Amino acid sequence: MTSSPAASYLPIAVVLLLAVAMGAIVSSLSSLFGPKNPNPVKSTIFEAGSEPAPGTARQRFAVKFYVVALLFIVFDVETVFLYPWAVNFRALGWFGYAEMFVFAATLVVGLVYVWKKGALSWET
Amino acid sequence: MSGFVHGLSYGAVIVTVLMTVTAFSLWFERKLAARMQSRLGPTLVGPAGILQPIADVLKLLQKEDIVPLKADAVLFNLAPPVAVVCAIGVAAAVPFSPTVVAADLDVGVLYVLAIGAVTVLPVFTAGWASNNKLALLGGMRAVAQSVSYEVPLVLAALVPVILAGSMRIGAIVQFQSDHHWFVAWPFFLGIPAFVIFVLAMLAEANRIPFDIPEAESELVAGVTTEYTGMKFALFYMAEYVHTLVASAVASALFLGGWDGGPFRPGLHWMVLKTLFLFAGLYWIRWTLLRFRSDQLMRLCWRYLVPSSIALVATAGVWVVFVG
Repeated sequence: MTSSPAASYLPIAVVLLLAVAMGAIVSSLSSLFGPKNPNPVKSTIFEAGSEPAPGTARQRFAVKFYVVALLFIVFDVETVFLYPWAVNFRALGWFGYAEMFVFAATLVVGLVYVWKKGALSWET
Repeated sequence: MSGFVHGLSYGAVIVTVLMTVTAFSLWFERKLAARMQSRLGPTLVGPAGILQPIADVLKLLQKEDIVPLKADAVLFNLAPPVAVVCAIGVAAAVPFSPTVVAADLDVGVLYVLAIGAVTVLPVFTAGWASNNKLALLGGMRAVAQSVSYEVPLVLAALVPVILAGSMRIGAIVQFQSDHHWFVAWPFFLGIPAFVIFVLAMLAEANRIPFDIPEAESELVAGVTTEYTGMKFALFYMAEYVHTLVASAVASALFLGGWDGGPFRPGLHWMVLKTLFLFAGLYWIRWTLLRFRSDQLMRLCWRYLVPSSIALVATAGVWVVFVG
């Protein structure tokens, strides 16, 4: 259908544009058709349905979530590196396999390290 | 120019089909859940309640659009459409047959995984912008869960890429129709990779048993708590479309896509497999209980990640020796 690599993305860009248009239209439908009776109580946050708990939601958060984010960056970047290797794998043969094995082994060593460090235990 | 027209027509078709399937899958899910719990489910609107989703949309249309005063209005309003755009964006690169596709990209698998991973951003944006402690906690949980399960998801999707030697989804399906479906042979690679892929994709879409970000018994409705009307509906739509499209990706990568085994290949096989898998996910949803956060993280990092790394290593040995 299309020859150049960039041109093959054109249909995708068009689909995305269409999706953006649909999302924008649908999300504005409620404000078009719905009633508009704002009052001070309605404009507060709903939270659990009763009086919101004191304090703001913009506060410090448990550090374990950030540890997960760090782990993700390390592992996901490494796994994405495996993709080009996988495509050319047949041509590379045993040499490519050995090289990637070393790479994956460092990945596993890292996993064992964070495991022993207790970064994977969510309970604490 | 032909790419533009093709994208426009295919995009219109894809959006329409996804909307329709999503709406009626809601009806199907409610019926199925009801049957599994010895209830009747929706019966009033239309024959066997089949028009229930349309009634639901009409009801949501009449709801007031509320943006809490303390919320970050820009991000709050941006999150629902972005969620849907991500979900539909994935669908654009999934080939349903050699001809029914917007663009069968050279890096199709990578594109699908990348756009699929972005779906966590609108969810977290919604949680943060709501300025609601429970929604924020839901958003935090969603990010932690999605990024964790991203690793086994990417590794499991790597197995078909290694076996077929291509990132083009169409080529992976072609390889399976020339040889065997990956769940059939080599089944010791295909089946575990398929199971890990499905589990991780359920976690990415925040579906039961991995719906801890929503956990209505503790977080009200998670990130969607503050949303009303069609914006709320958009989040639901995004979740269903994401699951549907992920089922299509799993069918293409592991179940042979449009290949019909001994029968003539065609679009209907891909649709059939996708819907079958999608229905299976409903079955899981209404059978299992919700995991706790710590169980969720343990399952991912201690079991799925090491086993998917082992799978990739085994797939490499297999290709060097046999393939």
